[in-house]
Amino acid sequence: MKGKVWKYGDNVNTDVIFAGKYTYAIMPPEEMAKHALEDLDPEFAENVRPGDVVVAGKNFGCGSSREQAAACLKYAGVQAVVARSFARIYYRNAINLGLPVLQSAEAADALKAGDEVEIDFAAGKIRASDGREFGFPPFPDSVLGIIEAGGLIEYTKKKL
Amino acid sequence: MGFTFSEKILGAKAGRPVRAGDVVTVSPDYVLSHDNSSAIIKEFRKLGLKRVKKPEKIVIVLDHIVPASEEKYAQNHKTIREFVAEQGIENFFDVHRGVCHQVFAEEGFARPGLLVVGSDSHTTSYGALGAFSAGIGRTETASIWAADEIWLRVPETIRIELRGTFPAGVSAKDAALKLIGDGGADMADYRAVEFGGPAAGEFSVASRFVLCNMSAEMGAKNGYFPPDGVTREWLKGRSAARGEEVFSDPDARFEKNLACDLSALVPQVACPHTVDNVKPVTEVEGTKIHQALVGTCTNGRLEDLETAARILKGRRVHKSVRCLILPASQQVYIEASKRGLLTLFSEAGCLILNPGCGPCLGAHQGLMAAGESTISTANRNFRGRMGSRDSKIYLASPATVAASALAGAITDPRKALP
Repeated sequence: MKGKVWKYGDNVNTDVIFAGKYTYAIMPPEEMAKHALEDLDPEFAENVRPGDVVVAGKNFGCGSSREQAAACLKYAGVQAVVARSFARIYYRNAINLGLPVLQSAEAADALKAGDEVEIDFAAGKIRASDGREFGFPPFPDSVLGIIEAGGLIEYTKKKL
Repeated sequence: MGFTFSEKILGAKAGRPVRAGDVVTVSPDYVLSHDNSSAIIKEFRKLGLKRVKKPEKIVIVLDHIVPASEEKYAQNHKTIREFVAEQGIENFFDVHRGVCHQVFAEEGFARPGLLVVGSDSHTTSYGALGAFSAGIGRTETASIWAADEIWLRVPETIRIELRGTFPAGVSAKDAALKLIGDGGADMADYRAVEFGGPAAGEFSVASRFVLCNMSAEMGAKNGYFPPDGVTREWLKGRSAARGEEVFSDPDARFEKNLACDLSALVPQVACPHTVDNVKPVTEVEGTKIHQALVGTCTNGRLEDLETAARILKGRRVHKSVRCLILPASQQVYIEASKRGLLTLFSEAGCLILNPGCGPCLGAHQGLMAAGESTISTANRNFRGRMGSRDSKIYLASPATVAASALAGAITDPRKALP
C-alpha cells in the first residue's frame, strides 16, 4: 500500500500524540483517530489517509504508557511509524496492538513530508516513489509471534 | 564476568543465567494498574476467561481522576469496583488513598528483589526500594491477568555514581533534572539506571523515589538504588516479608558509567516543552508564573512538603499565583496535618488538593488557559499536558516551586531560604 509521509522531529511524546485529558475516557476507534497528534499537528487528523506513514526522529512515543497513543495512529489509518528510535513502552504497545514500528535512521533522516512511500514488510524495505530505498531490521522472534498472531490478545488467546 | 542487578532478577525469574539483550518470559510478583483498569478489563474480557489467574498479584489504586470529575469517569470507577469484587482482588485501594506509586510502596508491595510491572510509565519508582520495576501497556496488563506472564528484554545498565552532598536549596529533583538535561530524554532508552556511589546511602527513601521516578524521563526501563539500612528501616512495619536484597556484582558489566557531583549542583529548571530542556534557575529567574504545584508521585512526599513549608512559613503566596499543594497519599496528608503543615500552607494562601494525580496529567483540577504558565514539581512538561496547548510548564524542585510561588516569577530558592 502506498502512502504519504507525515514528518516530525525528535522526542514526539505521548501527550501530543494523544492528550492526557482523553486518556481515561473509553472511546470508540474512530473517535480516538480524531484526536491523533492533536497537540503536535492540528492538520493531521483531518487530512491523514489510509496507508500514510508517520516518520520521526529519535525517542518517538516517549512519556506515558497510554496505549491510545499507538491505537489512535492505527485507527487513523497509519500503516507504519518509521523513526530513528522508539521509547520502550510505546514500542511494546504498538507491537501489542498491531501498529508496525520500524527503526531506520536513514529513512528517518532522508524522507520528507509529502514523499510517497511503499512498505514491503516481507523484504524489510521502505521504498520511496522516486526510487530511494531504505532497509529496516527484522523483528526479534519474541515480537514476531505477537505480530503474526495479530496482536497480543490473539497471541495470548492461542497460548491459554 | 559478574551480573548486574537486572540480569540477576530477570535470570532468577527465568530460571537460567541471562545477559543484557536476552529476552525472557517471566511471571511478575505484582502487577499494578489504576483508573486505566477499566480499559484493561475490556481487553481481559476479549480473552473469554471467567477468572484472573492470580488475583493476589493484582494491585489496583484509583488515583488519576479522583474523585470522579465526570459521569464517564464515575462509570469507569464503578466498573473497576465491580470487577475487583467479582474476582476477589483484595489489593484494591479506592479514590481516597492517593497516587498509586506512593500507595503501592506504603502498603509494602515494593520490596527488594521483587519483579513488579505496572501499566503506568512511572512504575520505575520502586527501584528506590531495591525492586526491579518497569512500566508496561494496558493490553499486556490484561494478558498478565490472564496468563501470569510477560516477555521482557533484559536491559543494559547505566550506572550513575552519586558523590558529594547537596548544597542548601538543592535536592534530588535538581540532580535528576541535571542528569536528564545533560543526557537527553532518551539517554537511557530501554536501559536500567543504577544509582550508587558514596552519596547514595545518604539519600532518604523519598529522594531515591525522585531519582527512580524520573528515570522514566530518561527513557529507562527501570531505576534502582541498592537496598541498605535506610531501605530496611523504611520497610519496617510496612511489610511482613522483607524481600531478598539483590546487588550488581563488583565485576558486572555496565554499558556506561556516569557521575553526578551533588556539591556542584545549582537548582535546575526544565523549560517548555521537553523534560531535557534544562537550565540552571539563574538563567530563567524572573519568568512570570500563574500557577505553582507542589506534589505528585515525583515530589509529593512529606520531605517535599516540609521543604516547601520551610520557605512558605509565615509568608504569603503572590497575589497572582494559584499555589496548589497535592500530597502524594492519604498517609502523607495525615502526617502533614499532624505536623501543622496543612494549616501553614493554607495560611500562606495555598490551595490543598486531595491526594491523587491531580492536575499533573491535565484531566482535572487546576488546568491552564492559553498564555498561562505553571511551575511544578511533577515529571512532565509536554505541550498541552496541563490544559491549553498554548500554556507552559516548568519543572523544578519543591524549594524552587515554593520560592517562585511567593515571588510570582521563577526564583532561585537559595535566596528564599529562611
